[in-house]
Amino acid sequence: MMRMTMERTMRAGTGWLLALIALVAPSANAQLEITISRGVERPVPIAIVPFAWEGPGQSAPFDVSGLVTQNLRNSGRFSPMAERDMLSRPTRPEQVAFPDWRIVGVDALVTGRLMEEGPGRYTIVFQLFDVARSEQILGYRLTATESELRAAGHRVSDMVFEALTGIRGVFGTRIAYVNEQRNGNSRLYQLIVSDADGMDPQVIAESSQPLMSPSWSPDGRRIAYVSFEGGDSAIYVQTLRTGTRERVSNRAGVNASPAFSPDGRQLALVLSMGEASLNIYTLDLSSQMISRVTNSQAIDTEPVWSQDGRSIFFMSDRAGGPQVYRVAAQAGSRAERITREGAYNARPRISPDGRSLAVIHNDRGNFRIAVVDIQSGSTRVVSEGSNDESPSFAPNGAQIIYATRERGRGVLAAVSTDGRIRQEIASVDGEVREPVWGPFPLP
Amino acid sequence: MRRYSVVVTCLVLMLTLAGCGGRSATTLPDADNGLEGFGIGGSGSGASTTGVGGAGGIGEFADGPSQRLLDNLVVYFEFDRSEIRSDFNDILVAHGRYLADNPRASLRLEGHTDERGSREYNIGLGERRAQAVRSFLLLQGASASQITTVSYGEERPAAFGSNEEAWGLNRRVELVYRQ
Repeated sequence: MMRMTMERTMRAGTGWLLALIALVAPSANAQLEITISRGVERPVPIAIVPFAWEGPGQSAPFDVSGLVTQNLRNSGRFSPMAERDMLSRPTRPEQVAFPDWRIVGVDALVTGRLMEEGPGRYTIVFQLFDVARSEQILGYRLTATESELRAAGHRVSDMVFEALTGIRGVFGTRIAYVNEQRNGNSRLYQLIVSDADGMDPQVIAESSQPLMSPSWSPDGRRIAYVSFEGGDSAIYVQTLRTGTRERVSNRAGVNASPAFSPDGRQLALVLSMGEASLNIYTLDLSSQMISRVTNSQAIDTEPVWSQDGRSIFFMSDRAGGPQVYRVAAQAGSRAERITREGAYNARPRISPDGRSLAVIHNDRGNFRIAVVDIQSGSTRVVSEGSNDESPSFAPNGAQIIYATRERGRGVLAAVSTDGRIRQEIASVDGEVREPVWGPFPLP
Repeated sequence: MRRYSVVVTCLVLMLTLAGCGGRSATTLPDADNGLEGFGIGGSGSGASTTGVGGAGGIGEFADGPSQRLLDNLVVYFEFDRSEIRSDFNDILVAHGRYLADNPRASLRLEGHTDERGSREYNIGLGERRAQAVRSFLLLQGASASQITTVSYGEERPAAFGSNEEAWGLNRRVELVYRQ
């Protein structure tokens, strides 16, 4: 059996963040709840047997197998068996009686144990079995501190998910989003980072003035965003671990839509420089030098970098309605139009394989999420709302998270890139919007 | 149309002021050291500017047609447009003349849009609207140094709801006099 250790320091700076949570209003902890509104037609039947607890006390400090069950169910690709329907509850490989599981129609089986190794130190051992073939597909041992148990549960989920679907799991990733709460005439805007399942929300910035346009650095350590806290727009880059931040642009007029370059050294951003038009610029974060990329009388905005960092996709209304263009990241090159279908294509976000863009597309009067093939320009609508916005690819490219409206409220939703699986991610209160999916956690 | 008025504005400005392109293009950002990422809010209490009537600070006219025009501090727009509607001409003429007559008065133009479409595009559209009002006021003799603009896009709606009425109220530029 392979030995594997969770060495990732858990969202370092936990102490600071906990202190923060204690400081903010309870409503700031509003968690998101995932419901599957549409899954695959034949989700994989799987049984995740409750993990044995081997340590002091009656119950484990964290329900690892419960989290794995919830994650796999929420993915829309699995139908985990209810605990009460299980004929036996093996926790070690030698206890598994495969006929018991074949008879109830289960394709895959997960067993495991959580053990206390010392004060606050735990080991998770788990196995995944192919029931039809009566064989183990994988088995791992993970170590974790108490605060890392949730992340370790996500790691287990990711490994099971990848072994059975061939797709790298994203349960251990994080998202950032904006939440607005209104109380009479007063408004509270919050920038929140949470696990991809909406758990463990942490407010990283809050203001009575709008916050918008969060963008992850490629290493997941920093977030750039726009704040109107001083009465005008300004772009900030904030380090998540420490909470320290730097204002990188507060030029006259509009400062908008920051996007980190793939190497994390530059930001693409949008400035009006006191004019009525918006143009794309790049900002070198170490020298703070800006260079102009586009030069139009139009609204050029929503830049996003190509994988190799050489070009920038952006939206422009230079030809009338908003369409997506591509331009070399150096100044003076000509922009080439990418979107061909429909009168409105905006807010491009690139897929991890670099081949497609998720956009907001006007679909017969409804603003919906569509996936555009960059090479051919062909466009496929994948969402069903009337005012869907802010699409963002999961780092595995298999899902797109976006904002939608439900009963007059802004909520988050996710859809598989092929449009087949839909998840609604409902928050307890507030208007939730502008979700952006962070990168895979660093190894 | 829009470009034409910008050109005209520019000509007027060049004759009267330093010209359109006179701002420095690469202002170095101020370092914002020591500020924790959290705890941004609070301070601003934020120019809650939705006060349509009761224009404090511009009560120098006696009550009359001009004053009534000056009481209008919101200009509305058609969907996805930034041209000044003709029904707002008189109001903006009055504000432009007021600024010309009161060089110490200063005005902040806050551009807004309805909720439809992309948020970033709406930031651009709100700025375009604020700039359209600014150009109009400059043509009436206001000076560039009296007017600043900001675009909130769809982030600060005046009316909630996803219907024509709310959208119409949200497509606006608010005129906020200072001091």
